[in-house]
Amino acid sequence: MGQSHFGSLCVKEKKQEEERYVRANDRPSNLSYNYANNAIRTSKYNIITFLPLNLFEQFRRLANAYFLFLLILQLIPQISSLSWFTTALPLILVLSMTAVKDANDDINRHKSDRQVNNRMVNVLIDGVLKNEKWMNVQVGDIVKLESNQFVTADLLLLSSSEPLNLVYVETAELDGETNLKVKQALTLTGEMGDSIEALSAFKGEVRCEPPNNRLDKFKGTLTVNGQNYGLDNDKILLRGCTLRNTEWCFGLVIFGGPDTKLMQNSGKTKFKRTSIDHLMNILVLCIFGFLFTLCFILAIGNAVWEVKEGSVFTVFLPREPGVNAALSSFLSFWSYVIVLNAVVPISLYVSVEVIRLGNSFFINWDRKMYYPKNDTPAQARTTTLNEELGQIKYIFSDKTGTLTQNIMTFNKCSINGKNYGELYDFSGQRVEITEKTQKVDFSWNKLADPKFDFHDYNLVETVREGNPEAQAFFRLLALCHTVMPEEKKEGELNYQAQSPDEGALVTAARNFGFVFRSRTPETITIMEMGEKVTYELLAVLDFNNVRKRMSVIVRGPDGKMTLYCKGADTIIYERLDHSCKRLMKVTTGHLNEYAGDGLRTLVLAYKHLKENYMEEWTQRHHEASTALEGREERLDQLYEEIEKDMILLGATAVEDKLQDGVPQTIEQLAKADIKIWVLTGDKQETAENIGYSCNMLREEMKEVFIVAANTPDGVKQELQYARRKMCPESAEEPSVTKARAGLFWLQKTETVQDEQVEGDYALIINGHSLAFALEKDLELELLRTACMCQTVICCRVTPLQKAQVVELVKKYKQAITLAIGDGANDVSMIKAAHIGVGISGQEGMQAVLSSDFSFAQFRYLQRLLLVHGRWSYLRMCKFLQYFFYKNFTFTFVHFWYAFFCGFSAQTVYDEWFITLYNLVYTSLPILSLGLFDQDVNDRWSFEYPQLYSPGQLNMYFSKKAFVHCMVHSCYCSLVLFFIPWGAIHDTVRDDGRDLADYQSFALLAQTCLLVVVSIQLCIDTYAWTTVNQFFVWGSLFAYLAITFTMYSNGMFLIFTSVFPFIGTVRNSLNQPNVWLTIFLTSLLCVLPVVALRFILIQIRPTINDKVRYKTQVEAPPAPAPRRPVRRVSTRRSGYAFSHSQGYGALVTSERFLFKRPLKSLLAFSAQTETPRPQLFRPIPE
Amino acid sequence: MGKTKNKSGPLARRPDNSAFKQQRLPAWSPMLTANTVLPFFYLLAVICMLLGVWLLLLVQSTQEIKLDYTDLGNCNECFDLRRNVSNAAQTCSCRVEFSIDKSLKGDVFFYYGLKNFHQNLRRYMDSRDDGQTLGRIKNLKKNPSSYCAPFDKDNDGVPIAPCGAIANSMFNDSFTLNYHLSSSRSVPVPLLRTGLTWYTDKNVKFRNPRADNLTLAEVFEGTRPPLYWQKPVYSLDPHDPNNNGFINEDLIVWMREAAFPNFKKLYGILNRADPIFEKGLPKGNYTIDISYNFPVQHFQGRKGVVLTTLTWFGGQNHFLPIAYLVTSSLILLAAVVLTVAWWKFGKDGKNMKE
Repeated sequence: MGQSHFGSLCVKEKKQEEERYVRANDRPSNLSYNYANNAIRTSKYNIITFLPLNLFEQFRRLANAYFLFLLILQLIPQISSLSWFTTALPLILVLSMTAVKDANDDINRHKSDRQVNNRMVNVLIDGVLKNEKWMNVQVGDIVKLESNQFVTADLLLLSSSEPLNLVYVETAELDGETNLKVKQALTLTGEMGDSIEALSAFKGEVRCEPPNNRLDKFKGTLTVNGQNYGLDNDKILLRGCTLRNTEWCFGLVIFGGPDTKLMQNSGKTKFKRTSIDHLMNILVLCIFGFLFTLCFILAIGNAVWEVKEGSVFTVFLPREPGVNAALSSFLSFWSYVIVLNAVVPISLYVSVEVIRLGNSFFINWDRKMYYPKNDTPAQARTTTLNEELGQIKYIFSDKTGTLTQNIMTFNKCSINGKNYGELYDFSGQRVEITEKTQKVDFSWNKLADPKFDFHDYNLVETVREGNPEAQAFFRLLALCHTVMPEEKKEGELNYQAQSPDEGALVTAARNFGFVFRSRTPETITIMEMGEKVTYELLAVLDFNNVRKRMSVIVRGPDGKMTLYCKGADTIIYERLDHSCKRLMKVTTGHLNEYAGDGLRTLVLAYKHLKENYMEEWTQRHHEASTALEGREERLDQLYEEIEKDMILLGATAVEDKLQDGVPQTIEQLAKADIKIWVLTGDKQETAENIGYSCNMLREEMKEVFIVAANTPDGVKQELQYARRKMCPESAEEPSVTKARAGLFWLQKTETVQDEQVEGDYALIINGHSLAFALEKDLELELLRTACMCQTVICCRVTPLQKAQVVELVKKYKQAITLAIGDGANDVSMIKAAHIGVGISGQEGMQAVLSSDFSFAQFRYLQRLLLVHGRWSYLRMCKFLQYFFYKNFTFTFVHFWYAFFCGFSAQTVYDEWFITLYNLVYTSLPILSLGLFDQDVNDRWSFEYPQLYSPGQLNMYFSKKAFVHCMVHSCYCSLVLFFIPWGAIHDTVRDDGRDLADYQSFALLAQTCLLVVVSIQLCIDTYAWTTVNQFFVWGSLFAYLAITFTMYSNGMFLIFTSVFPFIGTVRNSLNQPNVWLTIFLTSLLCVLPVVALRFILIQIRPTINDKVRYKTQVEAPPAPAPRRPVRRVSTRRSGYAFSHSQGYGALVTSERFLFKRPLKSLLAFSAQTETPRPQLFRPIPE
Repeated sequence: MGKTKNKSGPLARRPDNSAFKQQRLPAWSPMLTANTVLPFFYLLAVICMLLGVWLLLLVQSTQEIKLDYTDLGNCNECFDLRRNVSNAAQTCSCRVEFSIDKSLKGDVFFYYGLKNFHQNLRRYMDSRDDGQTLGRIKNLKKNPSSYCAPFDKDNDGVPIAPCGAIANSMFNDSFTLNYHLSSSRSVPVPLLRTGLTWYTDKNVKFRNPRADNLTLAEVFEGTRPPLYWQKPVYSLDPHDPNNNGFINEDLIVWMREAAFPNFKKLYGILNRADPIFEKGLPKGNYTIDISYNFPVQHFQGRKGVVLTTLTWFGGQNHFLPIAYLVTSSLILLAAVVLTVAWWKFGKDGKNMKE
């Protein structure tokens, strides 16, 4: 990530480029500007610079620098209270581990750099096309690209094989959108074609903006023969794109390597930190403060002692030259800093990272988050955020592709009052349609889409029998739309629909024998039951938001003219002929049923037109559409006039297919007290529909507020109205808690308090209103109202607004947010939220690439949060609590001992014990706590989503818990010092020899400590796995083994000055006295904790206690069965148009029909890769 | 991330279904329930009570006589004499008397004790050279460890053996215990002056330099005794030639630094070979003749002697038995409180209902 250190230095040295000047085919001139060539370097180090640079980077981390400082302190003999190895050993271990990891990363980067730099491309050099490596391409070179090649650098498109000098590129790597984009070269350069002579003689000069990271803008001029031509983004091929469906194209390199927009865009990811991280920083700071306070107290103690006793003890222990009581106390301050530094050991940071990494691996390994259909396991892309997954309060979800599959399926229809699409068994019971249900066989239709599923045989039979209504129904679907067909091979039809619903409807018609085959601006050709029929397209009455319908007027081969119309039920019903009354009633019933199922409905109608009327209408239409003034109104009026007295055909129901398990997941998350806001680019109706079908909006909700005002005041009024309605007594001004937080309490925070509301409400707000509501003066209003509601749906939201909403909640709620989405338009919110989750699926990888976690299905979110997140949070909190406990206890003992050893910074324990305590004796057990502990297993976690709420309230670890932990440690350290002191200070061995010597005491104290912290660990562990126990016992055993070894004769004789504790184990651990002391200290340290916890469980059991109690007395819950949700709703259905207006004009215009002529089609038939179907996503401007 | 697997097929990236990876390791989740906690507490209370009583009886069965002789009787004069450092060369001896009302049965151990003497100061404890006392010639004759400074070499630059502040400040009072059979007749109580140290100290940690047919005095040639010593290290024990040099037990005992400023160190063990003392120290009057050398007034300390018998539990330390009794009663109290809490709130899981 980022540039190398040297690289950035070089950039700084170079003068800021103000304008780029490139001459085609003129290397010497271009080289004189020293523009970067096309080689890239993302690696940070080479072999020589690795060690110094890596060490430098590592020591920039505060923790490492601090330990280096300690190490230096320890090297000063007057201060050194501990041997250098106590700090050096852990530090070296940590540094080398990190260095190995960095080296490995860098080697990978080197590899990928090399791979990219060594890609080959055809470059025009001296009039010849030469195959060159990418890295040798220079600015000003002309390169030739072929289909499916990656674009080498940022190029100015010169010419292409396609008509009109078009090229098609896929930009998935840049912005994640997989649909093809069109670029067009200037006609001037396009004329050169693939003539090598012309191209090598080309003497264009480009002046343009300096390198930057704006993907969507480009400004420059091309000068050829003194003529200036403007250049914009349409003529630029960016590095990172892939050439598609274009035989070849030529381009002039403008930006190379590091200057390309792709590279300029990379490496700017914001580093996310968890709230526990922040808390930890604050705590570490507090601990430092505390540490220095302790040291200060001890230094004063030392001064007093030196004056009172030390001065008279100088006979036995002369002071060092020049040292008086004051200096001695100063030195002892630093000595104690060294002794007590174990409160913030370096292993804390390492262990935290290891635990997060481990928990991330568990996410990667989870089979229940693996999606077999496209072989996608869940992936923790950021390994440092796990515990935050257990604290999520707000989820911001995209709709399309996240909640839904972005697949529209033609599910049901009502034709002439008859309902099709449902299956009934013999007794007339509705049968649930599952994947196993037998599908209708469409093999009779050669042009049928094999991916289309339908289950009701009746409909096929009806159509094939020649039922006129049914045929008219599908004819309408085949004619009335704006879909573009693509027929690459005979019979292999591909539809490019602007909205997936339209695609679904046309595909349905196709399968039922009315195949939309091709279109020209004037005609539409369809295959009607195998018969080719061409209709003359007379007019397209386009869709818009107000009309909520679209119509086409066609003339059939028999010369009859018909208007076909489809649209929202409410709209169409007003325009139907009176003769349809009865049919309307029946259809309404069906519509209600569909709506209850969450289907998107359209009503279809037609009307025969008379020749003379039509002639006159066409005349007027022509006039209106060429009118200069009031064109829109006049057209609307005309449309209104002709679209009346229509005959009802029926209704379609398209299912915007939810992903599996979405309603259940949402229900679970709601139970876990997580609020879900849907932010979608879709229109209100669609969003609302999905809201109902995934159970976010419910019939029994007290009210669903819709904010759709177009002025700031209107929005304000609507928001306030909603709030008063929900909570009449709510105050005018929001109650804002101001606080300070963060490191050094520099950060000011304002928190808007939650307000209690009776009953469930929902808020739907559209893009316009949201824009106003997000203004400074209204944002709090929005936040308050929205937070009172159970469900919030924002529709027609731009990517930027998505991020703004997330930021708003982040800012004023101080809550942890999660954003989940799948498309490029979700990237901003994924980056803005504390945790970004990407759905890795159909669409591009952009969302996944910028996310922290990714998986294939929305439903895995509940497992990610309720199981992995909760466990991670629990584990991290337990880990921290225990870690601080064990180290404080360890350290405090030194503090008490100071009062007995003249504040001379004498340690209680053996130096080796101090070195190994965090590194060996306690590291593995605590890691296993942080990796394997579970309060209850995953099934129970699902059964009781309430278990999630403590995380949201920061209950497991907070400043308060930290203080508890300190008090506990303080108590334990008192026990751990004074019990051994009392037991030993006046005692001798059973044979009269020494037991009260320093070494025996050290051994006793450290053994007691280790036993006590090990027992404490066991008490803190919820789940005693074999691994846990193995580590605990193994550590104790390792302690004995290592201690025995270090205190053995051999070690002493070899390293005399390093292991002076020879024989201590043998001489004191065989004393019953010592064991009785260990037993007593363990009792006194552990039992109060047990008693306190027991009482708390009795008096104030937490939700965890309750569920754990249940796990003991009840059988484990079976996995919840999936129950089908079926409601009949009286709600008016949403209508199925998810695209924006204006496509009608497009399909009838020449410009849109830029489809390749058949010639080039054939040339590409050999090409195996077919472009993926385009899924247009409406992103309103 | 993860290791690359050579699996192929449609489910190539499916994670393994192992208990470890799926976090389904079999686990026992102990809960603090009344069924386990309450009996456990009562049981522990009983155990601690029994232990406490037993230990108390044991401790009571030992006998101990403590005598602070700092300025007792005619030691007062010596105390005053030692006040002035310039009199360090003068010898001074004194005698203290005491009587034993109840005979000390079994092995009797003779300790000297110091109060407020900080053997546990960091710089003091560092001021020794284990290499030298291990008999390494280099550390002995050339360069004692720099930690010994300023007691590593004397003013002439000759290495000091044993070097360092600890050795330099070695306790150098000596005692003769006399038993007064009657007012006129007394016998010296025989004390074993060896066998006072840890086996490892005597045999591994402390060794004399290799003699190679030289006498000890010759071996130590080229070194000086510590400044405060009257005798060189190779003639510390005039009676037992094997108890000299670095393996002198008084030295070893002293070199095992005490953890706390008040401590006692073993001086001798009653030699029960003598028929009078076969069963220990009989009751009667005793005197101790003290060669009073060690100055304590500098550090406001006290010194004394302790005569004690031992059990397997060590000497007469009441701390542990009493601590056990106190703990036992605390646990009992806690157990009762817990029982009440459980009875009131948690019986039959009523607190667990939602």
